[in-house]
Amino acid sequence: MERIKQIDFLGLIMGIFRAGIIVAMLWGTIATLMDNPYSADAWTETIVAGIAQGSLYALIAIGYTLVYGVLFMINFAHGEFFMSGIMTATIFVALPMGESGYLDAHPVIGITIIAIVAMLVSVGIALLTERIAYRPLRGAPRLVPLITAIGASFFWQYFFRGLYGSEVKPFPLIDSVAGKVSIGGVLILKSQVLVIVVAILMLIGLYLFVVKTKVGKSIRAAAENKDVARLMGIDVDRAITITFTMGAAMAGIAGVLYALVFRQVHFFMGFFPGIKAFTAAVLGGIGSIPGAALGGLFLGLFESVGPGLFLEGLGVPSPHQLKDVIAFTMLVLVLIFRPQGILGERLAEEKA
Amino acid sequence: MKKSTTTKEIVNQGLLAGLIALSLNVIGFIALLGERELITGWVSLGHVFLFASPLAFAYLMSKKMGAESKGKLLGVGFAIGAIASLPSIILIFIESATNIRQFLANVSPALVEMLTFGQGAVLGSILLLIAFGLIGAFAAVISALSDHIRHPLINAFAWTLGFATFSEILLIRVRDIFGRGLAKLIFSGKALNPVFAIIFFAIVAAITVFWDKRGASIKEKMLNFTPVQNKQMARGKSALIALAILFLPLILGSYLTEVTNNVGLYILMGLGLNIVVGFAGLLDLGYVAFFAIGAYVMGVLTSEGALGLDAGFTFWTALPISVITATLFGIVLGIPVLGMRGDYLAIVTLGFGEIIRIIAVSDLFKDTLGGAQGILQIPKPSFFGTDLVQPGQLYYVVLAGVLLALFIATRLRDSRLGRQWMAMREDEDVAEAMGMNLVNTKLMAFATGAAFSGLAGAIFASKLTSIFPHSFNLIISINVLSLIIVGGVGSIPGVFAGALILVGLPELLREFAEYRMLIYGTLLIVMMLFKPEGFLPDQRRKRELHPDDEIEAPPQSVGAES
Repeated sequence: MERIKQIDFLGLIMGIFRAGIIVAMLWGTIATLMDNPYSADAWTETIVAGIAQGSLYALIAIGYTLVYGVLFMINFAHGEFFMSGIMTATIFVALPMGESGYLDAHPVIGITIIAIVAMLVSVGIALLTERIAYRPLRGAPRLVPLITAIGASFFWQYFFRGLYGSEVKPFPLIDSVAGKVSIGGVLILKSQVLVIVVAILMLIGLYLFVVKTKVGKSIRAAAENKDVARLMGIDVDRAITITFTMGAAMAGIAGVLYALVFRQVHFFMGFFPGIKAFTAAVLGGIGSIPGAALGGLFLGLFESVGPGLFLEGLGVPSPHQLKDVIAFTMLVLVLIFRPQGILGERLAEEKA
Repeated sequence: MKKSTTTKEIVNQGLLAGLIALSLNVIGFIALLGERELITGWVSLGHVFLFASPLAFAYLMSKKMGAESKGKLLGVGFAIGAIASLPSIILIFIESATNIRQFLANVSPALVEMLTFGQGAVLGSILLLIAFGLIGAFAAVISALSDHIRHPLINAFAWTLGFATFSEILLIRVRDIFGRGLAKLIFSGKALNPVFAIIFFAIVAAITVFWDKRGASIKEKMLNFTPVQNKQMARGKSALIALAILFLPLILGSYLTEVTNNVGLYILMGLGLNIVVGFAGLLDLGYVAFFAIGAYVMGVLTSEGALGLDAGFTFWTALPISVITATLFGIVLGIPVLGMRGDYLAIVTLGFGEIIRIIAVSDLFKDTLGGAQGILQIPKPSFFGTDLVQPGQLYYVVLAGVLLALFIATRLRDSRLGRQWMAMREDEDVAEAMGMNLVNTKLMAFATGAAFSGLAGAIFASKLTSIFPHSFNLIISINVLSLIIVGGVGSIPGVFAGALILVGLPELLREFAEYRMLIYGTLLIVMMLFKPEGFLPDQRRKRELHPDDEIEAPPQSVGAES
């Protein structure tokens, strides 16, 4: 009897908590809209920025989702795969190319080379991490690989800090990606258009790869049940390696897109995008590729629109400082109230 | 298992060692440590780390080869060392030919000077190759020696190395306590005098030889003590330790006491997180939140600046309020995560920690918490009218906190609640099926952990007299997590050991502070791979992580029967 009462009591608290947040959000939204502090153009700009940001999250989230789908571990170091690629590509390729003017003369070839270098480095770091730090720990208690991943995350951060120095490095401005372009009468930053288009193409390509090809099938089989997959003659280790490769490649591309939009790189740049991308993966339903895309989009939009829409109306001073709070609150709320995410279902009871 | 070693294996091991050495070079670790001399004019800490990888790989390789001829072992050791030098030699030539520093910030002339022994690229490379090779051969020799020679040698090396590493600090203490004369004899500059280093080495080796020969008989004598004598021994030991702890600030001097105080605060937090992670198995990455809350409550209540409440609170009256507030937050943040396990819990608590930090930085509560500027002018604690200003005085505040936490943690571990935590750690479902109230058990763990952290935070605020939200970042949570993992998850002595190693060492060796997080990251990985139970493990935990040790024993006896 006592137990039942307790659950009810907890349920009540959680219910109040949930209702409180919804009421606060609605209250803030209505108050903001009544007050109407921003013009329509400003809203469009915020929304497009949100979508671009969300596309980046989606690309990074793929890595979390794929690895979690197969290994049920949060690859905490994934943000560092993202950082390592673009850091290296910036230092060794983009900056020299930018100085010599090659990047402005041949932007497509230049960006492609940068992207290839970034992808290769990201994949290299990912495979190294998997081989040394994760593989020996398969089958260890669940917290052990997570702690290893946290260690790997800090290791790579400070390794690259030692390698390239701790200051923020500028990414060269490329003329053909600078400025705005008019789409349907709305002015949008060219770099943001590029991010959205590339992200959509990559996500579709990846989805087709996982769903249509034989290799993709082996990954899905390994995600479903490793022992049975092994019995079916699938090389599970190879499937896991490919999973890490694909996730890291996506992170490498995301790094290039990030640099094109924000035009700077830093050894710590991977950490918060990494955690937020994980949020996106959880939000969409971890283990699902469309879920990662959807979750990324949602998170990007919330984060970009949220401060102006929800918080401003509540009278919060300088709400944009609290952008990250919105992301983390979403993470907490999703994990508490819908750990299976928007699209995920099968993970709910078994793995959460 | 193949006995003979192929050339391929030697090359692989050598290259691996070389890549590790190269990595340490390019991230600037070696060059920075090169500034800390160990033996004046001869060896720096940088050399130790530079030569560590060929030494270790050659040693392991020749251990693995076992009973080969001495000459062959020597050759293999030399080969591994020589191969290990190749990546660094390539680095030397790249540096001399191109402007690589533009890309890799830490490939400095000082590094190249150190790698080439100041002899230029060509001659220096040859010297480096020979040096690495000799180190490898030396490792092979050591591995082939019989135990009664190897043990004193290794011991003497370790002690000399340790003594030399801390010579900068020891120098000050020796000078202050024993006078300049003795200090001049032992040290020259900031490092060990070469002559003294050799003498010290010989003394340690001699003592070890003596102990190896006679130690067994002394130990045997001690085993034959009567119970009364044993009791007296134990009492004497405890009394000595208590005395040492009581008068530690006098022995250490103010700088080392300050370091000890910081270690003490981390021990406090470690004891708390050890309850949450170690006893109850709930991985909390937002632990810094409670530290911040304790510090902020102390700051707001006692600050004499513009933000202070000015309600007549002193350190001692504000302290319980800080702890209680932190505890309440522990429960409040614990309720939503009751249903979560393992990795999801870790991420959510990380989220909580970040939310609290960002809110503290933002303008939201600027009028009460000071926003990014933090809270200033927090008074130091006072005790019956004397302000505790000196590190040597604050030491006793920290000590009291640590002793209290130690007492509570030990008693809790052996209590019914402690057993419930451990049952929950092993298997939540089974624990619940046994009739345990998971909700209360979990909340108690969060609350106790938060209380310890809040206590540490309150002392921290008062000790520093000002707090800034930026100092309450994730890094602190990771530090505390690392120290309990290194010491041994769930082990109370492990917390002390972990804090001494992970917090004390980097403060004594500034060079390490620069690469602190790199070392923590490496330690987390290495510990999880090779020693997940930590250096001072909790017995129960050890058995859990190494079930094979016990399961494997019976089949052997079965095999003997058949």
